[in-house]
Amino acid sequence: MTDRRNWAGLALAAPALSIVAVFFVAPLLMSAVLAFRGTDGGLTFAHFAKAFEYYSTDLWFSAWIVTLSTLAIGVVAIAIAGYLTLGEHPRTVAILRWLYRWPLFIPFIVTAQVMRTFLAKNGMLNHVLIGSGLIEPLQAQSLLDWRGIVIAFVWKQAPFVTLLLAGAMAAIDRQHIEAARNLGANRWRVLFGIVLPQARRTLMVGLVLSFVSMLSVLSVPMMINPNSPTMLTVDIAYRINSHGDYAVANALCLMSLVLASFGAWFYLREAAAKKAEPK
Amino acid sequence: MRPGAAALGETLARTVVLLLLAFAIFGPLANLVLWGFAERWYFPHKLPQEFGLTYWARVFAPRGSALASLWTSVGVACLTVLVTLAVAVPAGYALARLKLPVRTLILLVFLLPQAVPNLPVYVNIARVFYEINLNGTILGVVLVHASHGLVLAVWIASAAFASVDISLEEAARNMGASPWRCWTSVTLPLALPGLIASAIFVFLESLDEFTGTYFVGVPDVTTMPLLMFNASMGGNYQIASITALLLLVPSILFMLLVERFLKADVLAAIGR
Repeated sequence: MTDRRNWAGLALAAPALSIVAVFFVAPLLMSAVLAFRGTDGGLTFAHFAKAFEYYSTDLWFSAWIVTLSTLAIGVVAIAIAGYLTLGEHPRTVAILRWLYRWPLFIPFIVTAQVMRTFLAKNGMLNHVLIGSGLIEPLQAQSLLDWRGIVIAFVWKQAPFVTLLLAGAMAAIDRQHIEAARNLGANRWRVLFGIVLPQARRTLMVGLVLSFVSMLSVLSVPMMINPNSPTMLTVDIAYRINSHGDYAVANALCLMSLVLASFGAWFYLREAAAKKAEPK
Repeated sequence: MRPGAAALGETLARTVVLLLLAFAIFGPLANLVLWGFAERWYFPHKLPQEFGLTYWARVFAPRGSALASLWTSVGVACLTVLVTLAVAVPAGYALARLKLPVRTLILLVFLLPQAVPNLPVYVNIARVFYEINLNGTILGVVLVHASHGLVLAVWIASAAFASVDISLEEAARNMGASPWRCWTSVTLPLALPGLIASAIFVFLESLDEFTGTYFVGVPDVTTMPLLMFNASMGGNYQIASITALLLLVPSILFMLLVERFLKADVLAAIGR
């Protein structure tokens, strides 16, 4: 009986598993193979040499943009989720809870279009800054460079991490917080000494998921900052569309996989452990 | 400082921070709305010189390319939901209820697409699809969207089945219901809200998907995100903004409703 149920389970999962295997795992392996295969079919590092020669600046640019965005997302998420958990002014908490989540499901490509007009030299941001007297008209500058990419990433991803983090913080035993407050700890101490350490893993998972998805977003860098230095995703699309050069494109893909691998390893370990827990 | 003044200062600080945040969130969206209704808007004017609906008429013109891409998007999304649910529901049930050999490996396979960048996958799928003439076909795009949406659908379906009280199923079985009868009249109806949530999720994700369609759909399948991208890169900000507004509507509706039927930990990968 146990054996039969084993195989029944596998049979039910098989169609879904094979779709992931054929349309996800196989192309991924193909990427690794093609990046190392020369025109004669033998092993070569020439594609990597070329990728480094042409695009090493963009490799660092990508790593820097995504790291900076991840850190900024973390700061925003901790600030908002922290206030949602510890804030003592109910109306502010309610408004904040309603406010922060608007960009949650707005796709990257819409975010890119929105920021493309908002952050431009004649965009609304500059008009508001000039109108409120914060800058002179001549100081208005376009933010459509690395700053635009970071702003778009943080705008889109921070609500997601905040949602996860606020959920984890809400699940913490309130008695811990009350006890610390009664002993005279201020809110900063409570946040960083008690609440955040207990929600640390959720924060990490949210940041890792954001890190990985930002690494493979094509629309945001393409629409906000398409000129060099730009992100690897734009270079990959360029190698394919303009040169049909899948070898160098795959070498670049492998570089972004390496950038993501540390985070991916952490996420898979955490998530698999959590899902494998007996219910 | 007197206590009254301190409280006033704090209220002021709170209000200023909330206003800044509101501007950061709604400012960009307001800018988009302005562009959607701008007939003419040239530097250095702060607001459009002329408002109007000409571009809306153009987007919704019968047989216009925009309306065609709207139907393409909706059609692709519906097919994606069908394909995805057909395989995700049994897989979710198996993960939630049945003993599986190599369970950890199976979990890893279903987690992997969230943990690695998707671009390398799309690039190589496009290359293979090109060789077998699937590039630029609806089927090709649906397959890419389904493999992307599948993972979340499996997790949501699995959570839905896991939340069905197993003793209800046992009671039905004890009263002589066949396994199939038990499944269709007890398990499935109880898990249905979760399954509907996963269908909506997959639909939205397919509707918003850009990168995969960009590589696999060209040149014949133009979905809404692709139309928006082409319009924006071509400098037609009005058409781009109107398309963006249309894409925003389901996203925002879902955001407002989501907590009714989903837990936060499945909301990972929308709109890549």
